[in-house]
Amino acid sequence: MAKRRERIDRPIRVLTEDIYALESLSRMIYVAAPSVFPVLFLLLLPLFTPSLYMQRVLILTAVYALLALSWDFIAVATGLVSLGQALFFGVGAYLAAILNLHFGLPPMVTLLVSTFAGAAIATALVAPCLPLRGVYFAMTTLVYPLLLARTIEATAVLGGTDGLVGIASFPNVWVERYLVLAFVLGATFALRRLLRTDFGLVMRSISDNDQAVRASAINITVYKLVAIYLASALGCFAGAYFTHLYMFVGLSAFSLDLSILPIACAVVGGMGTLVGPVIGAFVLVPLAEMVRDLGTLRVVFYSLLLVALVLFKPEGLMSFLERKYRQIERWVQV
Amino acid sequence: MTTDFLVVDELSKSFGGVKALDRVGFSVAQGEVLGIIGLNGSGKTTLVNVITGFIRPDSGHVWLRGKEITGLAPEKIAGLGIARTFQTVRPFHHLPAFKNLIVPLYSSRIRSAAGGGRWGDRDAVALDLLEEVGFERDSSVPYKPAAALPHGYLRRLELARCLALRPEVIITDELFSGLSSSEVSSLMPLMEKLRERGITLVMVEHRLRELFRLARRVIVMEQGRKIAEGPPQAIVADNAVRETYLGAEL
Repeated sequence: MAKRRERIDRPIRVLTEDIYALESLSRMIYVAAPSVFPVLFLLLLPLFTPSLYMQRVLILTAVYALLALSWDFIAVATGLVSLGQALFFGVGAYLAAILNLHFGLPPMVTLLVSTFAGAAIATALVAPCLPLRGVYFAMTTLVYPLLLARTIEATAVLGGTDGLVGIASFPNVWVERYLVLAFVLGATFALRRLLRTDFGLVMRSISDNDQAVRASAINITVYKLVAIYLASALGCFAGAYFTHLYMFVGLSAFSLDLSILPIACAVVGGMGTLVGPVIGAFVLVPLAEMVRDLGTLRVVFYSLLLVALVLFKPEGLMSFLERKYRQIERWVQV
Repeated sequence: MTTDFLVVDELSKSFGGVKALDRVGFSVAQGEVLGIIGLNGSGKTTLVNVITGFIRPDSGHVWLRGKEITGLAPEKIAGLGIARTFQTVRPFHHLPAFKNLIVPLYSSRIRSAAGGGRWGDRDAVALDLLEEVGFERDSSVPYKPAAALPHGYLRRLELARCLALRPEVIITDELFSGLSSSEVSSLMPLMEKLRERGITLVMVEHRLRELFRLARRVIVMEQGRKIAEGPPQAIVADNAVRETYLGAEL
């Protein structure tokens, strides 16, 4: 007797589609779980990671989550593939350092200014490349972080290869720990919400078919600029935050890792879902830290994992989780 | 009726050594239906792309209501009320059919217009438009993702996207291609309704029988040049046209 695996909708799904979701606690939990549990998990996490090392891993994870979210948002909202998340990070990081060292602004103010003004600078840099598509846009964004890093190196402005030191740190560790996590949560929910509005719908249509959007009397450049601005604001915040966290900024703020690893996170988590890349970061970054003992082999391990995931699970973790949430699997006799 | 509503003057465009358009000119009166026919590669789609701003001409001019629109961006031209369909349908695949229309409805042309529809009722306007082009309102069809719709519906969706812009001119690029005869004949009342409503139609078409029922005047193109112009009867009788184009078909 042959057996076949079958997927059916969870019975609770139909019970929670309507006002009847309020009938029992379990139904309410089922409805609320996808948004409440991740939030609780993230907010409680700093309380259960006592060691400084663990805290730093958590923060690094959150930073990569922001960059992955930023990458995914550009992909969803414009259809462009960016290879230059490091540009956003670096601009934010250096801007925060300058504002703090030269103008004496406190960290919270520099964070705010670096996020919004930094995003404006980064957007202005990327703007001329917006008419480009596909691999051409990707190439130009890849070049920007290198260009800025080499400029700083060659002209020895902004501390040159030594970087800038003596930058103010956060008022206390709790601000330090929660600020970035709150930003990850806020940004994820805000961007998801934005994509559900009519404005966001137009953005998604651009990645689907930009010519048809233009034929609909809509100036796609405006929408692309908004998307790049929002995405670079995430990256700039991450960079500015990092500057104050380590009280230092150097050429590593334009490092290639900052452009590549977020894409890996997005691939693992599920591209185009916004939440997926964040989940991907929370899987990949701690994993990368765990295998740090392997030394250089770490990269081999890491790359193999990535290739395997792209080949066998290109839809990412997010679609897997979504399926588990919606459906149950069982074996039936044929 | 003014005869110089939409004027195309001496348009030329070359791709490499190939002259896709060679000093093509014509004018359309407001509310008129103009047909454009010609063999594949005769420059019809290039003409549509140049008029709608998707391709910049090498020389020549396009005027709308006496205002030059040559070389404007496609979104500007669409915003002035010239809507177009694409030869290959271009729906927003991920979106439900009615949500496809939110894109033109969100344009500043419509949002700034009276009763443009704000947050809530844009969906209602979209559903009305789909009903107008023949989507069964009470069925699930308007809510299906565009990717799941059959070709006939996608053609209607293209038209609905044009109508959502409340256009003065609609330029269709082989609207009937890929449709069965019955699908084409079910589209005809809609096209006639648009004509009755006073929308100026420029139709690039291969389906002559249907086109000749709609258009009072037809332009024939060959290798980027306009070789004939006149009412359908005259076009059918024209010897040059018969030789190069109609001979094979009629």
